[in-house]
Amino acid sequence: MHVVIVGAGIVGAACARRLAADGHDVTIVDRGGAAGGTSASGEGNLLLSDKEPGAELELAQFSARLWGELPNALAGETGRVPAIEYDAKGGLVVALTDEGAHALGQFASGQSGAGVDARPITPGEARRYEPWLSDRVTGAVFYPQDAQVQPAAATLALLESATDGGARLLQGHEVLGPLLDSAGTLTGVRTSRGQVSADRVLIAAGPWSGAVAERLGVRLPVLPRRGMILVTTRMPRRILHKVYDADYVGAVTSDDADLQVSSVVESTAAGTVLIGSSRQRTGFDDTLQVVALRRIAARAIRLFPFLADVPMMRSYGGFRPYLPDHLPVIGADPRLPGLWHATGHEGAGIGLSLGTAELVADLMAGRQCTIDPAPFAPDRPSLAPHLEAEVA
Amino acid sequence: MSDVLVIGAGPAGLHAASRALDAGAEVTVLDAHDLVGGQFWRHLPDDRAAADEAQLHHGWKSFQQLRVRLEEHPRCRVLTGTEVWAIEPEEHGAAARVHALSGPSGALRREEVLLTPERLVLATGAHDRVLPFPGWDLPGVFSAGAAQALAKAERVAVGERVLVAGAGPFLLATAASLIATGATVVGVHEAAGPSALCRGWLSRPWELASSARKLTELAAYVTGHLRHRIPYVAGSAVIAAEGNGRVESVRVTRLDRDWRPVARTERDIAVDAVAVSHGFTPRLELAIAAGCAITADRFVAVDARQATTVPGVYAAGELTGIGGMALSAVEGAIAGLEAAGGVIPRQLLAERARQRAFAIRLERAHGIRPGWTDWLCDDTTICRCEDVPFGALSLTEGATQSLRAAKLSTRAGLGSCQGRTCGRTVEEILRQSPGLLGTTTTDQRPIAAPVRLGEFARE
Repeated sequence: MHVVIVGAGIVGAACARRLAADGHDVTIVDRGGAAGGTSASGEGNLLLSDKEPGAELELAQFSARLWGELPNALAGETGRVPAIEYDAKGGLVVALTDEGAHALGQFASGQSGAGVDARPITPGEARRYEPWLSDRVTGAVFYPQDAQVQPAAATLALLESATDGGARLLQGHEVLGPLLDSAGTLTGVRTSRGQVSADRVLIAAGPWSGAVAERLGVRLPVLPRRGMILVTTRMPRRILHKVYDADYVGAVTSDDADLQVSSVVESTAAGTVLIGSSRQRTGFDDTLQVVALRRIAARAIRLFPFLADVPMMRSYGGFRPYLPDHLPVIGADPRLPGLWHATGHEGAGIGLSLGTAELVADLMAGRQCTIDPAPFAPDRPSLAPHLEAEVA
Repeated sequence: MSDVLVIGAGPAGLHAASRALDAGAEVTVLDAHDLVGGQFWRHLPDDRAAADEAQLHHGWKSFQQLRVRLEEHPRCRVLTGTEVWAIEPEEHGAAARVHALSGPSGALRREEVLLTPERLVLATGAHDRVLPFPGWDLPGVFSAGAAQALAKAERVAVGERVLVAGAGPFLLATAASLIATGATVVGVHEAAGPSALCRGWLSRPWELASSARKLTELAAYVTGHLRHRIPYVAGSAVIAAEGNGRVESVRVTRLDRDWRPVARTERDIAVDAVAVSHGFTPRLELAIAAGCAITADRFVAVDARQATTVPGVYAAGELTGIGGMALSAVEGAIAGLEAAGGVIPRQLLAERARQRAFAIRLERAHGIRPGWTDWLCDDTTICRCEDVPFGALSLTEGATQSLRAAKLSTRAGLGSCQGRTCGRTVEEILRQSPGLLGTTTTDQRPIAAPVRLGEFARE
């Protein structure tokens, strides 16, 4: 079967690799360069800690296992250690108020019930995990399964694996419209550099997926949510895990359009510290907002007071794709035969990419899926009100 | 009365401020350095001023007049030691929101300065561009700008036997400064070949210099050259520096018209220092942050009155095209008058047109040609902050054509200088292979200067 994947970000790359391994003839098209969008705009979070029990957590747990296996798998294919900076360093979530500590404890206990390794620890223990942590911590939970990866490098490594496995990468090919047969089945895409025919077209274009879907003739309410991150100059490593304040949980699941900030602080392999992050619904506006930087910095200093004296050298950010019900959409679109989706992972796309690729491969092959794909189906009830079918 | 903020106190900024005062505006001039004058009039502080500043600096007298006028003018505020770290577009009548910090650059906490001027003149200048070559990271290899700055501001020559190489008239200025501070300049090696120089300069540079009234500056350099009998070699480049712990010799070679080294023309020259410049890169980050359109050749787009595409924002000097002090001064004057609502005399506009035509000739003669990448080796360092060699960047077919992804996966341009030194070079290498897609450039730096978290954090 010939599958065209629209989008050479991490979800497209993971799907291409997995589908090529199943023997499909895979072509990835991207209007720009590979890994140049959302996959190059985030921290590279592979998190369980921020997810409440439910379908997304299941996908995250499934993906976390796959991430643990990926470095060896890639090394086996290429004969060299992949430079993806995968680091299973664990995450430390801390509360700075008594109410926060209580809520965090309850949240963690729910996660434990769902199979997450969530270990409540005392503030004193937290400071042994992170010696430079604020002494105002009131409660903490350690999540050994949280990990980090360099997202652009990981995307490129997955793409390389996919192309080694026979997939074809076409950069600078913008999808302009559908190819349809007389029965109205999608048989490929028309791009800025010619037609690519296919048995299936999989949209994995992140926040631009809605625009691609519209060009192919269906509505998909994927919206961009802006996130900003600060990067410090290099320094000797003083932050050992991924460290968040407990407000992070609230921001991820919130519907509030206003600026939200919660602290996510971690060191990178390069010696810089990444400080995130803000979440804001501003469309595709990427103008710098000093107010967001101020609040991100203030939150980070609350966690690690020493950061007040550390220089920030740059900021970056991008757009995270989300759907109105805050779940990714994975599977065949019943409105347009031949059209498939793998998008809408919000701020968790790096982590969820590998599990998503498995689901897509199993669904395309008609195999039993490892986890239940129904919550992510394009025709799920929670998405139905937002999809008015308008096939062109 | 309008209020005008001028960012940058070099020739363009000082002229802009002075003319804006003429037109009745309230003027604030802001510069990151402790002294006004910019790179062009970089000088010793007053407490150890030299007697011969006027000899080392072209236009020193007019600089002194400008400086004194601005410092003493009741409607002018000069903020030195004040660094802009972010600019936001502003919607409520002001040209922009300018976030700056004032105080010594090493200080833990500088004072926040927020300015929301009605009119903004950007005169942030340029920094010098050095193309890498094997050994360019050895001690003793200087950018011509650094050599010039040491000569002008510290009266120190970078070596005793110095070779000057690269492209453009700045090589001559550098050679002159080195000679004035006591160095022996063993040669000036200009990458542009004789035919390019002819096309750009009519004939030999000194002929143009003596025929054009405004080229007295260059003429002075060239007479200096003749007096000191310095070999000026056109179509030649330093393609390697060698030495044990510091530079001891350089390898020079002839270049073809595309700046490709010509085989079997290498020779080694013993030196203890090299000063290199291949032109200038405009400091575009503040203009980009303010929302100004950038031209295809990567300067701020302006009209004949120096207005950018953002209402109330003007740009002058090297930001709008590399043309030297005279063009910067006239552009600054026009921008200052226009920003303050003054009348622009026609002769200023005519002078601007003349100087810009000259700048175009310079670019035609000395502009970087693509063949230079042939002198790179796989282990030649391209990004010095992150230690990224050419071999890591010369990517194969199928590699990402996203600049952002290429930078993140190689770390080129992600270090402490944020690509100010290597950015354009990295882009050119990637554009040759595998090619780049999209509009992202290394000129985009929303954070224009490093700033400590505690200096701007606020709940």
